[in-house]
This record gives sequence, C-alpha cells and structure tokens, in this order.
Amino acid sequence: MAMQFYASPEQIMRDRSELARKGIARGRSAVVLSYSGGVLFVAENLSSALHKVSEIYDRIGFAAVGRYNEFENLRRAGVRMADLNGLSYDRRDVTGRALANAFAQTLGAIFTEQSKPFEVEICVAEVGATPEADELYRLTYDGSVNDEPGRMAMGGQAEAITGVLKSQHRADMSLAEAVRVAVQALSTVGGEGGAARTIAANQLEVAVLDRQRIGRTFRRITGAALTALLDGDAPAEGQAADAAGGPAEPVVPTTEGHKPTSSAGSADLEDRPAEGGER
Amino acid sequence: MAAGFDPSGRLPDVFTNAGTSSFTTFLSRVAPEMLPGRRPLPPGMAADLAPHATTIVAIAAAEGVVMAGDRRATMGNLIAQRDIEKVHPADAYSLVGIAGTAGIGIELMRLFQVELEHYEKIEGAMLSLDGKANRLASMIRGNLGAAMQGLAVVPLFAGFDLAAADPARAGRIFSFDVTGGPYEETGYDAIGSGSLFAKSALKKRFRAGLSVDDATRLAVEALYDAADDDTATGGPDLTRRIYPVVMTATAEGTRRLTDTETAAIAEGVVAGRMENPGG
Repeated sequence: MAMQFYASPEQIMRDRSELARKGIARGRSAVVLSYSGGVLFVAENLSSALHKVSEIYDRIGFAAVGRYNEFENLRRAGVRMADLNGLSYDRRDVTGRALANAFAQTLGAIFTEQSKPFEVEICVAEVGATPEADELYRLTYDGSVNDEPGRMAMGGQAEAITGVLKSQHRADMSLAEAVRVAVQALSTVGGEGGAARTIAANQLEVAVLDRQRIGRTFRRITGAALTALLDGDAPAEGQAADAAGGPAEPVVPTTEGHKPTSSAGSADLEDRPAEGGER
Repeated sequence: MAAGFDPSGRLPDVFTNAGTSSFTTFLSRVAPEMLPGRRPLPPGMAADLAPHATTIVAIAAAEGVVMAGDRRATMGNLIAQRDIEKVHPADAYSLVGIAGTAGIGIELMRLFQVELEHYEKIEGAMLSLDGKANRLASMIRGNLGAAMQGLAVVPLFAGFDLAAADPARAGRIFSFDVTGGPYEETGYDAIGSGSLFAKSALKKRFRAGLSVDDATRLAVEALYDAADDDTATGGPDLTRRIYPVVMTATAEGTRRLTDTETAAIAEGVVAGRMENPGG
C-alpha cells in the first residue's frame, strides 16, 4: 500500500484558496452598483450569448466572474430554487438573502469537500424600494458572504476597480452617470503602462434591475440604448425616466394593489402609473 | 436525491446539474406532490365538489389577439364567486384563460406561468408560441385522471407569435381537450359552459382583420350573448361594477384593459341591447 504524504488541513485550504484566487484574478471584471433607478450590472464580456449577468427572479439579479461552467451551475440552481419557492409560497417571499445563503452553503461545501474549489465569485443583488434598501451580496469561492454597501467589483484586478468606484459612486446617480462610472472604473485597469483603456460597447454586458418596474424588473441594455448611455448623449428611448432620476416618489412594489402574485408576464402591469380607480 | 439529508448543506444535485430547462420536469423530481396530476384521488365522481369557472372567448385581430372572460364561478346552481379572474398573462406575449374546476385551473395556470418564465431564465430565450402550446397540452394531459372523475380543466391559450412571417397572422389561438390535444383555431374560439352561445354570436359577427378595439367590443358582446342564455356565465354587473376581464397580446406585449376601459365597453354593449336585445 502506498504511503500518503501528510499535508496539514491548513496547507490544503491555503492551496485551494490560492488556486481559486488565481483563477478569478485571471478573468475579466464585473461591477455591480446601486443608482437612483435601480441596480446596475456591468461586466466585461466578449461573448453576447454566454452571459455573466442574468435574471434570477422578479427583483433579484445575478452576476459572476470566473469559470463559466461553474457559475452557470449555481445560476441554474438559483433560478430553480427561486421559482420553486415562489410557486410554493408567493412571489414576494423569494429573497436575495435566502439565495445568498444557499449559494454560500454550496460554495462552502464544495470548497471543503472537493479537491478543486469553484473558481468563481458571485454577486446576488436584490433591488429595494430605495437605493438604501438595495441588497448586494458578495459570495466568494470559499462560501463566505459579504453584504456590500451599494457597490462592488469582482474578478480581475478587483481592488483597483473598487478604489475608483468608492471615490466616484453615489447612490443618487442617474443610469447614464452610473454606467459611465462603472465603465470608467473597469477601464482603469489593464491598460498599457497603467493608462486607462477604452472599452467598446460590444465588449460590455450591461443590465439593470429597474426599481420602478412591477413584476420582473430585470432587463438588459444592449445595442443603440447602450451606446447612447456610454456616449453620454440624450438618454435612449425607454431610459428617460431613469436618466431623469425617476419619479420623486419611489414605487413600493409590494403594496397590496400591485399584486405581484399574478405578475408572471409583467408587461401588462408596466408603464402604467396609477390610473384612476385601478390598483 | 433531494429527499436525502446532506450534512454539508449544499444544494442537492438536482438543483445544480445541467438537467432540464422545464420547471415541471424539475418539480417532478424534487416535489412531485406539487404537480396537479400526481395526486392520488379516491374513486368516484367529484364534479360537484368545487366551483367551476365558465366562459372564455378569444379573437384574433389585425395587430394581435384579444381574450376575454366573464367573472362568474358556479357550484351547482349557486354562484360561488362573482368576481373571479380567469384570464391571465402566461408570459409577456401570451394569454391563458381557464374553464372547468377553478382550483385546479388556477394551480395549472400558475404552474404554466412559472414554466414559461423558468425556461426563459434558464435558456435566456423565450419558447416559441407552438412550444408554449405544446407545454400546456402536456400539463393538461397530466390531469387526465382527475378529469375523468369530473375535475376537468380546459384552458384557452392565445398569443402574439413573434416569429410569424405575416404580422397580420401573428395573433394565434389554441384550444385543448381534456386529453391534452392542442388544436390551433382560425379567427376565434370560446370555451366553457357558455361557449356554444358565444361561438354562435362570433360566427355571425367575426371578420378577419378586425382592429384590436373592434375585437375587444366583439368579445364583450359574445360574453353578453353567452350570459344571456347560459346561467353559469355572468353578464356585466353594472350595480357592483364587475365587468369582464379583457386582455390583449400584441407586438407591444400583453395588456389588461383597465376597469374604466372595460366599464365603458360593457356599458356600451348593455346600452345597445336596451334597444335591440338580440344584439
């Protein structure tokens, strides 16, 4: 029988951490931040079909960096868990915190039990009625969870990007400002000789959880709408409310009259500010 | 499997594996008791056990499709509910109306809404309109056992086909039988106890290429005719201000007419009948 060399648990964990950290730092970065009209996700992504940012539930979004197959696994699990809970209870009972917990347990178990940890870092974001009520959870490869204060960066040279975000980000920014801050933060790293890069619109994956929407709030911003936001011209069509800072009174999505329970197709509920007698 | 206790606390494999994009297939593995067709029923007829939802009509229009349902649920000779809502959005571009045993119908409809949303989130793309109809058909088929004991549910499905070559034919209607067979209907269709009268009315008044507004009026007229001759179908209740639920699905998505809009249409129909009770 072959003798196994002894390795202390401490050493094993350190090696796994190092592997995961290296893997995550090799990839491109993603930024998540709160703005007046919702929560913004911006990821550097060369593919337009393989998403780093996606929808989990009505008010919950998901962003990830690292190995695609690994975070895709977690994303599917999150969608399944959210849909199962939403069907058994009510759409309002699906929370970002429960999802973050489930992901943390899973990542933690994989980190300790498997010989190779998941090389991923994940953000679970839930949009609230106000920017202060937004919840951003950062989940790392070892299953630890952090509640982030309205902004976060992950993957690549995340620390440098976080530094820029910290100095530039305010919770009351408009969508156009928020996108510009996010892209500016992403472009500060990886340039020649420390200079800022230019990131083209087709290398960005941008999506928002729209605070004003009822029902499913997640939408992607692509094509002409994204280019207009990046150029800082007049806000693109459909973004007008966001860029103007949205209505003064934030819409509380969970009041009785809005019936999120019956919102599977949310389009019929959208874009209709309080009509007489309705809701 | 999901039922086994896993001390690590990670999500069970059935959540994380690539598996299926269908929510009902997923549900059949983790919580089969939540599927309507999987419950063992005691022998015997149960037809008079629960309220029955009645008439739904759908009309194809030039820009899309209109679906309307009366508000009555009956139990034998009693009115079980005056303001039940039987027409719902299935997703952003399709509508589903339920006739038959109300409880099972509502459960099936919720499950169908989740099914469509789940597929869209997992795959990042919407099912085709035919795919949605086939999915609904297989869910009806799952309820065949209960249907044979009198707890039948028959939905009407209609939607805007985003892939249609001819925009004038984008509004499509599908009906089903209790064994699940999906049948595409041309122009218009109705289901439920008053459907015979509603369809007779539509047969005489339907023309191809109606505008959505005309089709809406026609749908309310057809429901009036159904209520005129069928005790289980409720007409517009002017004293309580309970009017039919009318929804449209067009290129802009699904929309439910506001109470003010349906009130105006229903009052117009009733005023017309004051002069000519036959319509």
